[in-house]
Amino acid sequence: MKSTLAIGSVIFTISILSIPVVWSDSDFDWDKYKRKSSGVAAVSNPVYQEECGSCHMAYPPGLLPSRSWEKIMDHLDKHFDDNAELDPQTHQTISQLLTKNSADKSNYRRSQKFSRSISQNDIPLRITETPYFIREHNEIPKRMVSGNPKVQSFSQCNSCHLKAEKGSFNEHNINIPGYGRWDD
Amino acid sequence: MKKLILFLLAISVIPLSHVHAENRVVQNLFEQYASQGVTQPSAERGEKLWQQRFSATGKFSERSCTSCHTSNINKSGKHIRTNKVIKPMSPTENPKRLTNMKKVNKWFKRNCKWTFGRECSAQEKADILAYLSKSVMKQK
Repeated sequence: MKSTLAIGSVIFTISILSIPVVWSDSDFDWDKYKRKSSGVAAVSNPVYQEECGSCHMAYPPGLLPSRSWEKIMDHLDKHFDDNAELDPQTHQTISQLLTKNSADKSNYRRSQKFSRSISQNDIPLRITETPYFIREHNEIPKRMVSGNPKVQSFSQCNSCHLKAEKGSFNEHNINIPGYGRWDD
Repeated sequence: MKKLILFLLAISVIPLSHVHAENRVVQNLFEQYASQGVTQPSAERGEKLWQQRFSATGKFSERSCTSCHTSNINKSGKHIRTNKVIKPMSPTENPKRLTNMKKVNKWFKRNCKWTFGRECSAQEKADILAYLSKSVMKQK
């Protein structure tokens, strides 16, 4: 009886001790779960910030699929009524960064929502044209955005989404200038 | 006493060397333009070009450097399309201006194409550079 108890307690102790070993098994991809955050990936790359962020907010790449970014990068000399040409090396750096973090390649939940909402045959060039974006903003009256001198356009994400550049579009971080918080 | 004088002398040199360092980029650019045949950069011509209006097709039918930078280079401008604030172009107001050769070339290329519909000539670039850097050159 005593020996059964002893053997039992040894087995019990070993099994308790082995839990972390089993959990840290390389088959178990912690990153996959850790990175599945609710927002989109933030890109703090200084080249991206400098080259794209000097004229407009450096949009997180996870807001458009890679095929959209490729098309945008192919026509930088006519970039939304502006010339945004880059030297070949910078062009390549930014293209790679955009593709790597694009909505269709991202693990982030909101990026995946953007990606899923777009039909396979579509190549939207504006984030504001994607079905997910339209759905998420359809209740917001025009006077708060285009009629609001402090916002002017849906393209200015960071006018209302206080943490847009950090990739967070959570409703707790919304402040519409002149109107305040927005709750769904 | 001698030490104090030496110290004061040393301090007085610091801001001068700063101005000189800023000008090196501008000087190098002038040398480049000179090698392309531009011997006389003119701040006056540069200012005229800065204010000149050009017609274009598309959303912004009348374009000028002032469309985004305003007609006063000592003041902040605003991107005509995105409204993003653009810091003053004058190096006296914004000492970081004209201190990075790569940046100067990048913006000359993009903005000449947008504003004039073509790249600027070496003469035009030299004139604009003379206009923008005028205040700094005077300090030398």
